[in-house]
Amino acid sequence: MAEALVELENISMAYGDGDTAVRAIEDVTLSIRKGEFIAVVGPSGCGKSSLMKLISGLHPPLSGSLTVEGKPVKGPLKSVGMAFQASNLLPWRNCVDNILLPLEIVQPYRKNISSQRAQYKEKAVRLLNSVGLTGFTEKFPWELSGGMQQRASICRALIHEPEILMLDEPFGALDAFTREELWCALRDIQQERQVTVMLVTHDLREAVFLADTVYVMSNRPGRVVKKCPVDLPRPRELEVTYSQEFQDIVYELRSMIGGKH
Amino acid sequence: MRRADLFVNIIPPLLFTVVLFVLWEIVCRAFSIPLTILPAPSDIFAALWQYRAPIIDNSWVTLWTTLVGFLMATVGGLLLGIAVGWHRSLYTALYPVLVGFNSVPKVAVVPILILWFGLGEIPAIITAFLISFFPIVVNVATGLATTSPELEDVLRALGASKLDIMRKVSIPGSLPYFFGSLKVAITLAFVGAVVSETVGANKGIGKLMLDAQAAFQVQIVFAGLLVLAFLGIVLYAATALVEKRFTGWAFRGQNR
Repeated sequence: MAEALVELENISMAYGDGDTAVRAIEDVTLSIRKGEFIAVVGPSGCGKSSLMKLISGLHPPLSGSLTVEGKPVKGPLKSVGMAFQASNLLPWRNCVDNILLPLEIVQPYRKNISSQRAQYKEKAVRLLNSVGLTGFTEKFPWELSGGMQQRASICRALIHEPEILMLDEPFGALDAFTREELWCALRDIQQERQVTVMLVTHDLREAVFLADTVYVMSNRPGRVVKKCPVDLPRPRELEVTYSQEFQDIVYELRSMIGGKH
Repeated sequence: MRRADLFVNIIPPLLFTVVLFVLWEIVCRAFSIPLTILPAPSDIFAALWQYRAPIIDNSWVTLWTTLVGFLMATVGGLLLGIAVGWHRSLYTALYPVLVGFNSVPKVAVVPILILWFGLGEIPAIITAFLISFFPIVVNVATGLATTSPELEDVLRALGASKLDIMRKVSIPGSLPYFFGSLKVAITLAFVGAVVSETVGANKGIGKLMLDAQAAFQVQIVFAGLLVLAFLGIVLYAATALVEKRFTGWAFRGQNR
């Protein structure tokens, strides 16, 4: 068993302070192994995204301990890459230049970007090729389809070779077929790079197909009500989503979340 | 493409303008409206030709005072807009004063400026600056506020400073707002310069019109108005061209 990369112990988190503080997360304990793919599912507003903010160091916890690679988190991690439901690509930059944006921010790339731009660009093009965007590198975001924009957005999150990839409903706005295509793209990326992934989603099939471990969160304030290891063998093909075993896991997760039918 | 251009962008506006003048001419002649009330376009163009030397001379003064005031407003408005967009408390501190200042009719300020700087180009420049400054500040601040909070998170998680985010994302993103406000500001600056000239000046189109009015040479007053309208269109078009050049990405829907 690989070492734990991220460890949360009895973590609580709130927005605002004093009496008006809103509790977003309550008493969460979980650990993420290096190279593990975890998915966090739960009803909307349950603090899934807050968990992401917390682990990336953007928002401090109220109580409990949070460590990454054994060190307590005190500020932005710098070794994370993030992507959201909206691709948030800059419309005045073409695809490659959008992907180079993190390298203009994060060290050690930042100090080399002007002298080694050509090399970095090559790296970005390779990354884009690997997600099937060959030939679109010089295109502007509005010339890409929604699925392509999302692929580019994930490339932007990966370009600086982060330790942890954090995805907040990255495929939420896509049609069903494009979504399944991107599941496979993400599966291949993770397999190839062995990057640790935290995927926030409310698509249970997505969570089960992609993740090693699925965490189910309760209504606000969010608690982890269930940790569900997914033992389906890898590499997984889309056919697995029609197997009885897969359906059983999805069904079990669904029953944990509740809500009206 | 060129053909479509001609029929959409060139002919209709030209045709409409010509028809307007023709109608005006017809009305003036049909009802024999006296020259001192409403001169016909033919009279106005005749006056324009006859007095071309003083008109060009005075237009030039109005034009450059407008441009200097506009340039000052552009630089000042951009800087203050960024400052206000940078810090929340700066925004709350400055906003009431800015709004109050903008609400004061600039005509009322001109006499003070003349008192301070005497009759000349300086009051016109300052009036042009004062009147065109506000929309630039407001637009730049608004543009900066449109930065996507998610993208901000992406960059902050990488350790980006506020300055990084401003430079890479917020400022480029606010450029369409900035250039949009320049189109408003350039026409306002023009209005400001002319208003100042009509209150008191020794040169400029405003001054020329004032003198012509005193001498009951109404066709010259109208000639002045035509010149103002023409210059306004030219300045606006020039600004719009600069806008398109720098923020083409914001207009993608229109060129496709």
